[in-house]
Amino acid sequence: MNQRVVIDPITRIEGHLRIEVEVDENNVVKKAWSASTLWRGIEVILKGRTPMDVGLLVQRICGVCTYSHYRCGTEAVEDALGIKIPLNARYLRSLMHTSLFMHDHVVHFYHLHGLDWVDVVSALSADPAKAAQVALKYSDKPIAAGEGELRAVQERVKGFVETGKLGPFANAYWGNGTYKFTPEQNLIALSHYLKALEVQRVAAEMLAIFGGKQPHPQSLVVGGVTSVRDMLSPARLQEWKQKHDIVADFIERGYKADVIMAAEAFGGEASVLGGVNVHNFMATNDFVTADGEYIFQEGVIMNGDLKNVTDINPDLIAEDVTHAWYKADKPQHPYDGTTIPDYTGLVERDTVYGKLPTLDGDNKYSWVKSPRYNGEPVEVGPLSCLLVNYAKGNKVVVDAVNGLLQRTGLPIEALFTTLGRTAARMLQTSIVAQESIKTFNALLTNMLSDEATYVKPVIDPNKEYVGHGMIEAPRGMLSHWIRIKGGLVENYQAVVPTTWNAGPVDANGKVGPYEAALVGLKLEDPAKPLEVIRIIHSFDPCMACAVHVMDYKGQSLGEFRVDAKSL
Amino acid sequence: MDTHSALYEQGRKRLEELRQLPPRQDKSLQERMLEHGVTRRDFMKWSASVTALLALPLPFSNLVAEAAELADRVPLIWLHLAECTGCSESLVRADTPNLDSLIFDHISLEYHETLMAAAGWQAEENLEHALKTYKGNYLLAVEGAVPTANNGAFLTVGCKGHTGLEIIKEAAEGAAAIISVGTCASFGGVQAAAPNPTGAKGVYEVVDKAVVNLGGCPPSEKNIVGTLMYFIMFGRLPALDMYNRPKWAYGARVHDNCERRGRFDSGEFVEQFGDEGAKQGYCLYKVGCKGPYTYNNCPTERFNHHVSWPVLAGHGCMGCSEPNFWDDMADFEKPLGRQLLHGLDATADTIGAVILGATVVGIGAHAVASLFVGSSKED
Repeated sequence: MNQRVVIDPITRIEGHLRIEVEVDENNVVKKAWSASTLWRGIEVILKGRTPMDVGLLVQRICGVCTYSHYRCGTEAVEDALGIKIPLNARYLRSLMHTSLFMHDHVVHFYHLHGLDWVDVVSALSADPAKAAQVALKYSDKPIAAGEGELRAVQERVKGFVETGKLGPFANAYWGNGTYKFTPEQNLIALSHYLKALEVQRVAAEMLAIFGGKQPHPQSLVVGGVTSVRDMLSPARLQEWKQKHDIVADFIERGYKADVIMAAEAFGGEASVLGGVNVHNFMATNDFVTADGEYIFQEGVIMNGDLKNVTDINPDLIAEDVTHAWYKADKPQHPYDGTTIPDYTGLVERDTVYGKLPTLDGDNKYSWVKSPRYNGEPVEVGPLSCLLVNYAKGNKVVVDAVNGLLQRTGLPIEALFTTLGRTAARMLQTSIVAQESIKTFNALLTNMLSDEATYVKPVIDPNKEYVGHGMIEAPRGMLSHWIRIKGGLVENYQAVVPTTWNAGPVDANGKVGPYEAALVGLKLEDPAKPLEVIRIIHSFDPCMACAVHVMDYKGQSLGEFRVDAKSL
Repeated sequence: MDTHSALYEQGRKRLEELRQLPPRQDKSLQERMLEHGVTRRDFMKWSASVTALLALPLPFSNLVAEAAELADRVPLIWLHLAECTGCSESLVRADTPNLDSLIFDHISLEYHETLMAAAGWQAEENLEHALKTYKGNYLLAVEGAVPTANNGAFLTVGCKGHTGLEIIKEAAEGAAAIISVGTCASFGGVQAAAPNPTGAKGVYEVVDKAVVNLGGCPPSEKNIVGTLMYFIMFGRLPALDMYNRPKWAYGARVHDNCERRGRFDSGEFVEQFGDEGAKQGYCLYKVGCKGPYTYNNCPTERFNHHVSWPVLAGHGCMGCSEPNFWDDMADFEKPLGRQLLHGLDATADTIGAVILGATVVGIGAHAVASLFVGSSKED
């Protein structure tokens, strides 16, 4: 007799995500459904506004990858208007992007994903002296992992736990058999969880130097950047460099060491050795290091064939809404969509927790659409980025990947797993941190002869413009698509990483990366589905990003309010 | 000073009440701090800086210090509705106090979807448990707007599929105080911009209780933590302006304390991003700064540990702590004066020749702003 497991809210992510799985009598997942349960309608709101405001507004799609949407939306407008921004502006945008990655990936690993790997309760029984020795196995200069530091962390958390009020640590799946760290390893990771809280503040400050603030920076405009005074100040530049070095140091001595530790401890854990079941991957060019050069290059891998990497053809992208709460009779390209919300509600049925409203998997069940590339689902994200670049022979990536495999003794197949996805994110962070110094130096050189940061955009109200921006956000390839008419936004759409990964099944029965990743997973206790959460977190979900609507061309805005059915 | 003595007395009374509650931890905060290498002197310095941040006289720093020691008895429930998690990200950046000491030492964080370890059914259990156990005593912080169209069905949370509208109503019922963190929870925010397809509203519009609105997209980490500390100290809400924003943070216009104010008064304006004026730090009014119409402490507190704020980064204030700013203050690279202060831009354009023109713009902007001030109410 199969059983339905409902997980809502998926916590420690951005936004509102509901996952449901069906397990058989052996607790093996047979089917999975992924749904976002919030719709906000940002693109509808963009209609009729000036293209100059697009970046600021689309940035509010997400407060986590906040800068990604800001930049991508601004660059979509620049592409449409045919604007080439000054080189300094490109470098500054790239440095801000570096800052975002160094922030976002660290927070994801420790504060969002970390508690899937680290059993806090177990850490309380560790021997701090022994743990300090263990830490030396994963880094020759461990950070925040000396005996005294570990003892202080342990006592602090112990005192907290002994009160009987666990606060944010309450009622989690502590003690689950798929936690594999020893008490000492758990204590090291717990110490890094706290240290990372400190370091992420510094990483956010990096972005604020050229961005004005973080989250929601405010220094990009169509045509360039506004933080010219910060760029011209040697003190400001050094401030960025100094903070960069602090965070980069933590990434090497903390983040990298912890992933190596996890690879060793979890290398034999079945529940993390699957989880990559869609074998199509896509990534785009990003992180300018010099004029015309990027840290990461674009490409598409289909059917796991690393020997044939093709360039992205933007015409092959379309979104299907067969199982999403919108009306449309066929898949639509981002430039030519329609949108009519069509909420059909949930269906009551038996679950492991008793009778509950559940997703109607046979019909519509999510606010996320299903993007397809040439009709196929595709995974995007740090793993895709590394695979594309590894396959293309990008030396920096090849060296980093081979280095990690050598260090952990894992085969290359280990990359195609939940563990691999998490390790790829660390490697990407480390590469970005190291290589971005080239961008920093390129900026210094260029500034000596050129102080330009902005070109004034010109819009002809009698012309129609179409353009798109495509970048690598922390969660994967992000694209924004715009149509401008009469000098105003006529049509807008964002096709975001989490949409690629989290979308529901399409008209042809093809399932997306989240749902595919869960099939075959064996749960220790269906009522406490830690393994599901670990796999889903490895994608770094960002639901506010994923949910948006396609274009509204030719429709009265009133329809958006009346068309949906009530529960 | 009478008001201050009354407030001081009230704070004292509140702390006495807190002292009657059972302690949550065996060791005092002082002992715990010593274990972590924080001296009494450091702690008093911290208290004084929080006192200054709250715009209170120095003697209040004793109250702040005492409040911090008792503060862990206040449970905090933080809900996410229609939002982007930017406000939680802002909270995570907090440095006075920072997040770990906030959670371990100052409050009891009962529910927060971005930070809590539990998930799914077990997370929902935590929320239900906290709402019941601490009924009447918990602080409720809300991030995100409330979608109301379609009976609220544009947002559901939890295994039981409750709408955001149902959840906020239930949680508001037993809250000792409600804090709307950010412009979305306060005024509806970006999803409430025209045509507001989901019927998004601010929390105060759907509950029957007083709500403190922390405008800002997102509000600075200082404004979030400072407001929490105020409640813990005094057991009541701070004095609020006409939009229910705390006066200690939102009492002055961005323009009033702006680092470029001198340039405005001298008639020195950036005409185009990246120009000579931009390199010199001239006033951003003519490229769209909404500082004259926006109430917040951004120029004095800045963001991210005082590192910067939009105007320092060369971009005008966009008015993000004001209701309806997405509609009322767009487009953001044009002076608002073109709509509200007809003819004055032409004056501003000529001030290179006639320096007093700047004052004319200034007077116009201030006249509009004083309409707000005139109708603001005392708490």
